[in-house]
Amino acid sequence: MKALDVSQTVLKAESRGLNFFYGVAQALHGLTLPVYDRCVTALIGPSGCGKTTYLRCFNRMHDLYPGNRYEGAVILYPDRVNIVGAEVDPIEVRMRIGMVFQKPNPFPKSIYENVAYGMRIRGVSSKADLDMVVERALQEAALWGEVKDRLQASAMNLSGGQQQRLCIARALATSPELLLFDEPTSALDPTATSRIEELVTELKQKVAIVIVTHNMQQAARVSDHTAFMYEGRLVEFDRTEKMFTNPSVKLTEDYVTGRFG
Amino acid sequence: MRLKNGIAKYIKSTALQRRIMRRKGLDRFFAFEGLFVMGVALLVLFALVGQLAADGAGRLSWQFLTSFPSRFPAQAGILTAWIGTLLVMLLTALTAIPLGIGAAIYLEEYAAKSWLTEVIEINIANLAGVPSIVYGLMALGLLVYELHLGQSFLTAGLTLGMLILPMVIIATREAIRSVPPAVREAAYALGATKWQTVRDHVLPYSMGGILTGMILALSRAVGETAPLITVGALSFIAFLPHPPWQGTFPFVSFEWLFDPFTVMPIQMFNWVSRPQEEFHVNAAAAGLILLAMSLAMNAVAIVIRARFRKRIHW
Amino acid sequence: MEAHIAEIPVEKQAIRTSLSPRLVPRLKEKAIELLLQLAAFTSVAITLGIVGVLAYESFHFFQQVSVVDFLTDRQWTPLFADAHYGILSLVSGTLVTTAVALLVAIPMGSLIAIYLSEYASRSLREFVKPVLELLSAVPTVVYGYFALLFVTPALKQIWSDLPGFNMLSAGLVIGFMIVPYVSSVSEDAMRAVPVYLREGAFALGATRMQTALRVVFPSALSGITAAYVLGVSRAIGETMVVAIAAGMQPTLTLNPLEPAATMTAYIVQVSLGDLPHGSVGYQTIFATGLMLLLITLLFNIAGHALKKRYRQVY
Ligand SMILES: Nc1ncnc2c1ncn2[C@@H]1O[C@H](COP(=O)(O)OP(=O)(O)OP(=O)(O)O)[C@@H](O)[C@H]1O
Ligand SMILES: [Mg+2]
Repeated sequence: MKALDVSQTVLKAESRGLNFFYGVAQALHGLTLPVYDRCVTALIGPSGCGKTTYLRCFNRMHDLYPGNRYEGAVILYPDRVNIVGAEVDPIEVRMRIGMVFQKPNPFPKSIYENVAYGMRIRGVSSKADLDMVVERALQEAALWGEVKDRLQASAMNLSGGQQQRLCIARALATSPELLLFDEPTSALDPTATSRIEELVTELKQKVAIVIVTHNMQQAARVSDHTAFMYEGRLVEFDRTEKMFTNPSVKLTEDYVTGRFG
Repeated sequence: MRLKNGIAKYIKSTALQRRIMRRKGLDRFFAFEGLFVMGVALLVLFALVGQLAADGAGRLSWQFLTSFPSRFPAQAGILTAWIGTLLVMLLTALTAIPLGIGAAIYLEEYAAKSWLTEVIEINIANLAGVPSIVYGLMALGLLVYELHLGQSFLTAGLTLGMLILPMVIIATREAIRSVPPAVREAAYALGATKWQTVRDHVLPYSMGGILTGMILALSRAVGETAPLITVGALSFIAFLPHPPWQGTFPFVSFEWLFDPFTVMPIQMFNWVSRPQEEFHVNAAAAGLILLAMSLAMNAVAIVIRARFRKRIHW
Repeated sequence: MEAHIAEIPVEKQAIRTSLSPRLVPRLKEKAIELLLQLAAFTSVAITLGIVGVLAYESFHFFQQVSVVDFLTDRQWTPLFADAHYGILSLVSGTLVTTAVALLVAIPMGSLIAIYLSEYASRSLREFVKPVLELLSAVPTVVYGYFALLFVTPALKQIWSDLPGFNMLSAGLVIGFMIVPYVSSVSEDAMRAVPVYLREGAFALGATRMQTALRVVFPSALSGITAAYVLGVSRAIGETMVVAIAAGMQPTLTLNPLEPAATMTAYIVQVSLGDLPHGSVGYQTIFATGLMLLLITLLFNIAGHALKKRYRQVY
């Protein structure tokens, strides 16, 4: 067992009794779950169990569509603010929490503009500052070497894996405190997948990460904690080693050993 | 077993062969008919352009472009008409484009589903079907006599602007809808506000479709005649409108907005409705130029559509 | 089901109360939304303007002319000393030209649509569609010229006693003009029919023609109805072609070989003159416009009802 590192036990966020409704259909039922700083938290569970729904509560993505409703709380530390509260501006939340989507979704602009956009809307306009941010973010996303000579080329011409790393760089450029990944490798081939996984492992040095995945091996490889969800409820949450070797709930064991789902 | 034999016999039979042949023949005839009808339609277009060119091409000259209208067909020209068309189109564009794009953005990106939104949508669909001359009547009653804008460029521009507004809205909405939601979500996830997402992403990425729609709508307005007759276009204007600039501060002048106006199609209509052959020649020449204007706009629209479609493929 | 959360020691950090408020940007967002909403509402304002003006002027008109006379009198001579206000004389002109136009446009447009959607190769379709659409891009006043100075003389070769102004050539030309509306919307509807329906028919040994007529066409009927309605609206509201080529003489006749005025042509005729604002003569064009709008609306509602009836869900 790993030594208990203090950084692994600082809370970055937590949900408390979180319910979520798509109109009248309740998709999440009383989810209570911690997210630790400088750790990777994996969300696993069968398709349709609410992983994406849960992840999108963290950056208030559901606010984009009418009829969606949160109940309960998602608390962001160190502010201790309930970020799904009605009085909190979702833009403010998204300014601090980044997201990488299942399918790479770069803007049809240049590579440079993709990465710089987040800082531009935060009011940074000096070329020197933007250059610096773009280079740093691309380096952190392990893409700098491949694209440094064609920053002005269209992002749409990159390969799928490169596009996904560009999307990671785009999110990183704004220095988020928490980074959300929704099955970031499901549209990629094995090589591109392993690069993203390496990246995730490296990124947790600076930022808290929540990652949704369907791939048990991936969860085991990259995450520190794992939450197993089933039908909109949390079944079990624990350290990843424990979840995969000695889960306390039978359902979790069945799922991680591939007996169902 | 017997049944099977029966079918086999039937398949080999000449009766079936003949039926197949007949159906194939019918099919081919039907296809031919389709082609034929298409040919007829294109032929009409060809005849129209040909007739116009045969009648009017000889009349096209520098003198024709730079002369005022006149009682003498050989001296008459379309100077006031084409300048009028340019100015009216400018005002039309200034009216319809901001309003149309704004309305489209509101309906696609902002409006919540409500009865009010529903009313607006139904309203736009119905407006698109209202005959153009009815817009002219509305403008006559409202702009000319209620708001006292007179029979002026301003009235003409506003009238045509309102006329093409539904077209602009419909085209813009369609273009905006082609931007995938994933791109919007990417912007929102970075902390962009709704307006930033629209300004920086939705609008630029749908610009090809929007531009195409704008130009097609304006090309429709270029040829519009009826509503301008109702608001009081003159066909005989032997002077130019006030220039839009002046020598003293603030150097721009808006006096021309209230000048009486004419446009190309009005001039052509005037000439075609006269009994003298010579004026018909003038009408044909004006028609050629008018046709060239609207066909050129359509061509530009097609090119823009193709160009943007190549640039952005989702 | 009980959630199981393992206890992991947690160090909780200092407390702050809220995420920083962004008052100014939020106000700006709100202001922009308001502006866009306003733009969306202009379309409603235009409708109100149209209905308001037509209703207001017609109200004054009907204070002097009885509705019964308006709907039953067989003459329309509002500008004569012996004034009659029988709108039927104008409605008949509109109906005749529209009928002639539809007799051209519906078969042609439908055949072209079937050909393009079921037979033509992709490249032919991509070429023909924009070219056909040019037919509707030609300014209507140019079509008027074509009807008067090409179609009528051509028809005179067949009927030598055809009058110089007649509804037939105006109607024919309007028909060609609206072919692209009918064909392009119908084609879109037909191509939206899922491939598996076609494959089902082909698998049973149907030819393309049988598939097109018995499977695709009926399935797309809802969209095709919409195309027809669009064509009808355009034909009813068409003004310049009839004003130029059909004559301006109100006549209660259903014979397309005769000259007659349509509702739209009458409005143009009055607008060209100089009737004083507020006179009964001035008000007649609004009453006529109201009638025109109501007839258009009637066709649209009927079309909508048909469209609903034929709607298919795949
Ligand atoms: N926009 C929506 N409106 C209504 N219901 C939705 C919506 N999106 C998702 N749901 C429902 O909410 C539940 C959870 O969906 P969610 O997408 O969160 O599942 P998931 O765990 O991410 O599944 P997957 O592994 O397939 O991505 C499902 O039952 C789904 O049908
Ligand atoms: Mg999901």
